[in-house]
Amino acid sequence: MMVQGQRNVMAIVIVVMLIVMPSFGSDFFVDFVMTRTLMLGVAAATIVFLSAYGGMVSLAQWLIFGVAGFAVGNVVADSGRGLTLGWEPWVGVPVALVVCSLLALLLGVLSSRSTGIYFLMLTLTFSVIGFYFFGQVTTFSGFGGMTGIDPPAFFDGEPKRLYYAALILSVLTYAGFRAVSRTPFGVALQGVRDDPVRMASLGYNVQLHRALAFTMAGFVAGAAGVLNIWWNGQIDPSSISISPTLDLLIIAVIGGIVHLEGAWLGAFIFLGANIYLRDIPGLGSIGGFVEDRILAEDRFNTVVGLLLLIIMLGSPDGVTGLIIRLSDAVRRRFGRSRPDAARLGATAVDSSEPSDADGSVTADRDRSPHQNQAISPRP
Amino acid sequence: MVTDSPTDVAETSTTDVAEIKFGALHLNSMQLRMLRVIPTWIAGILIGFAVVWVLFLADRSFTTATSAGSAIAEPGEFIVTFLNGLTLAGLLFVVASGFTLIFGLMRTVNMAHGAFFLLAAYIAIEIQQNMVGKTRNIDPSDVSPLDWFVPALVAATIVATLGVLMQQLFLRWNQGQDMRQAIITVAVAVILADQMLVEFGALAQTMVWPEQVVHFFEIFGERYATSRLFMLGISLVVGAALWIWLNRTRMGMVIRAGVDDQDMVRALGINVAVVFAVAFFVGSFLAGLGGAMGASFAGANVGTDGQWLLNSLVVVIIGGLGSVKGAAAGSLLYGMSIAFAPAYLPLDYTYYSIILTFVILAVVLAVRPYGLFGRAE
Repeated sequence: MMVQGQRNVMAIVIVVMLIVMPSFGSDFFVDFVMTRTLMLGVAAATIVFLSAYGGMVSLAQWLIFGVAGFAVGNVVADSGRGLTLGWEPWVGVPVALVVCSLLALLLGVLSSRSTGIYFLMLTLTFSVIGFYFFGQVTTFSGFGGMTGIDPPAFFDGEPKRLYYAALILSVLTYAGFRAVSRTPFGVALQGVRDDPVRMASLGYNVQLHRALAFTMAGFVAGAAGVLNIWWNGQIDPSSISISPTLDLLIIAVIGGIVHLEGAWLGAFIFLGANIYLRDIPGLGSIGGFVEDRILAEDRFNTVVGLLLLIIMLGSPDGVTGLIIRLSDAVRRRFGRSRPDAARLGATAVDSSEPSDADGSVTADRDRSPHQNQAISPRP
Repeated sequence: MVTDSPTDVAETSTTDVAEIKFGALHLNSMQLRMLRVIPTWIAGILIGFAVVWVLFLADRSFTTATSAGSAIAEPGEFIVTFLNGLTLAGLLFVVASGFTLIFGLMRTVNMAHGAFFLLAAYIAIEIQQNMVGKTRNIDPSDVSPLDWFVPALVAATIVATLGVLMQQLFLRWNQGQDMRQAIITVAVAVILADQMLVEFGALAQTMVWPEQVVHFFEIFGERYATSRLFMLGISLVVGAALWIWLNRTRMGMVIRAGVDDQDMVRALGINVAVVFAVAFFVGSFLAGLGGAMGASFAGANVGTDGQWLLNSLVVVIIGGLGSVKGAAAGSLLYGMSIAFAPAYLPLDYTYYSIILTFVILAVVLAVRPYGLFGRAE
């Protein structure tokens, strides 16, 4: 269990490191690893937010992320497929955010009556329908996709500026989601996650809370999607097909779907494994079946699948959960007293106390998996 | 499903409140009741309009410019479209009933169902090629019924064994943690899809129907492929066998009881672990059999797995999770919408047929949140 203060200090240290990083890292590392890590991290953080605070594991976040790209592409590009409105690149931002929020509201209302596994299946279905929509409806894209979507002049050919934009969005997302969890809305949302019956009998509108949380996550995913289209410059329906949709869930799960920080950690591990796995000394020289079927360059999906399988079999709360358990074990070993030991007995409903809502949500989840609706054994 | 049960109670408690005051919005109980029937009314109007449209309004040349005339004007076209929907529904049912059987009993959402479908399709194609002795340009005249049924059944059995293996290794000990199980099956699906890409390549392959069913017959002046009716026949046999198994045998009785109350079944001294393994075998077998049928009907390719996972999901969400009856109803509705949309939507809008799927889902969920035959648990 990490103490609230420690968690903040660590977050600040990491942000400072990320701010100075471009001065040391290579251009490739900044542009292809870190910028993407931050963008994917924000998208994955929306999954974690919905799961950890709302009890909804959503597979529609990648769809919304992609829809932002299609929205920008349609209004900004001036030739090729789509609407080709050719507007000023900045105009794409509000358009994409409005489109994504409205889409998220619609999907949120439709799925607000379900939770858990039903929610997962429903949002996966929405995602795949979205893929076919952009594939078949040539008014907006068609299977060929859109190319030549220019970012605003401010970001054009300036990978470091885009990196800092992604960093700012990440910090805002992280701080924003944690702040939301302490507002009356966020506390009520956690109540809805833990005990919808009690919340309903207390007069809270359960479905409205779910739908609004989903809309909020959709807005953030849309913002990340705008940065992504500026980074990428092109988008086609296959980039929102079922495989990348699952990849985003995998990122969130690898990082640890009950901790917000896990989203960025998961994205870093995912991209790092994709780019650097074959450079690990010793791995390149194994040869034979393992080389052909697992480590070969094109077999990255197998590696990801195996990684996901191992994590789900061993540590369902992901790498973050692993780190927390490790640091816990170390602390116990050296006999340090636990300043938050008094909170151990806290039930999940108590965790909605505004003062420590965020910290103890994470904490309670480590202690009592029964309270965790996201990945929970049946009581 | 336990995590869901509070929600349902929440449903009743929120919908039974006498009035709602939300900002400037004031609704008394009468108005609320009116509000609740609105989705049903919308559903009724949509269905009514679709029926009138197909029967009378659709017209090739007139302003609507559909690719098929109305049912009154061109009965042949209508029958063909209807048969297309019915035969597709048969295949959908075979695949989705396996999915829903596993979910109904174990609360395990098998995200690898589509991957099992595709794997069986590839294996069946491979076996058929070996039996016929040709790897390409297999002519239907080379294929005897045995050359179709043996590959299909062997492939389905292999995939079913794989399914049981997956269940025993990865799912048996964390029974009840439904989200964890779903993500484990996602991992298996991702690995399988990638390995199939290496093994079978990225080119579309097809299985060949036996010679006896590859011809056409006349119906209302239209030609129709016998192979599609053959597929429907297999689906009906599967459906009947499933019905007899679930309703007339001891094992089926145990499974139905397990769907209702697993703890009670266990308390009565029945070995639930064996029942689970059998259900997983049958569920995966159905995915595999569907895969062989699908490979003959539309071919197997990269991405077919995702497509059939989607098909299974749509069918069971419409029909209600865990209900075989629901799988039949969902297959019919979804199959018909896939068949009728391209024929009867105005030509400029035929590519909007995917939105029709979404509308059906949305309407069903608005009227019956747990699907047509689903039970709030």
